[in-house]
Amino acid sequence: MNNWWDTVADVASVICLLGGALLALAAGVGALRFPDLLGRMHAATKPQVLGLVLCLIGLALRLRSGGAVWALVLVALFQMLTAPVAAHMVGRAGYRTGKVRGDLLVVDELTADLERARSGGAAAEVDRERRTDSDDIGPL
Amino acid sequence: MTVVVVICAVLATLGAAFAIVRAEKGPSMLDRTVALDVVVATMIVGVALYAAANRRADVVPTLVVLSLVGFVGSVTIARFAAVEPEGEGRVRTREEIAAEEAARAAAEQEALREQPEERDELHGGQAEGEVR
Repeated sequence: MNNWWDTVADVASVICLLGGALLALAAGVGALRFPDLLGRMHAATKPQVLGLVLCLIGLALRLRSGGAVWALVLVALFQMLTAPVAAHMVGRAGYRTGKVRGDLLVVDELTADLERARSGGAAAEVDRERRTDSDDIGPL
Repeated sequence: MTVVVVICAVLATLGAAFAIVRAEKGPSMLDRTVALDVVVATMIVGVALYAAANRRADVVPTLVVLSLVGFVGSVTIARFAAVEPEGEGRVRTREEIAAEEAARAAAEQEALREQPEERDELHGGQAEGEVR
């Protein structure tokens, strides 16, 4: 009985690990082949969250001990907290320094929004000025 | 188990290699940052693979550290990303670097000759190219 469960857990862990490794490969190919910054960021997200969580589930199924599994939950939690922060900073810097190619975007609400804010009259202008003055919480 | 771990390791290594190629080519610093993020994520996958293959729970703290530290680099670089002129992203040749150094040294000499008393005030000030 015990043996049977061990086999099932090992097989599930192997499948999860394979999925994680495949996503890592996909991210590498995507980072290499996609034409602009946002596309590469999109590809890079795959192993950062889904691939990592798959790998950690695989590892947890293989280790099957309480303390290690809690540490793995912590790893997944930290990665889910930090990956969006990094992606936000990179995307914002990319937009502001002109690395985003407008011709590849289907929808670009940010540019439209910024243009509307710029032509939105004196009050909006003053508001925008104040917001760009105060450190870095800009219109983005 | 061993066969699958080897397959996974090959896949992850290929992914990391592609990401490193992108980090080398990447036209801008941000592309390199994203590529190196992929490398860090692949490293986590690799350490997890190792732990799974040998049933070692003692390398799990390494995973915690990697997942915490991985994002510091990209946040820092994104903070200091600047508008780069065309061609800035590639690696320069030795001659170009030498010419640039010579021009910079000449400009420094010129500045020193013009206002020698102000050269102590070159330190400090805001970092150039900071994103606002």
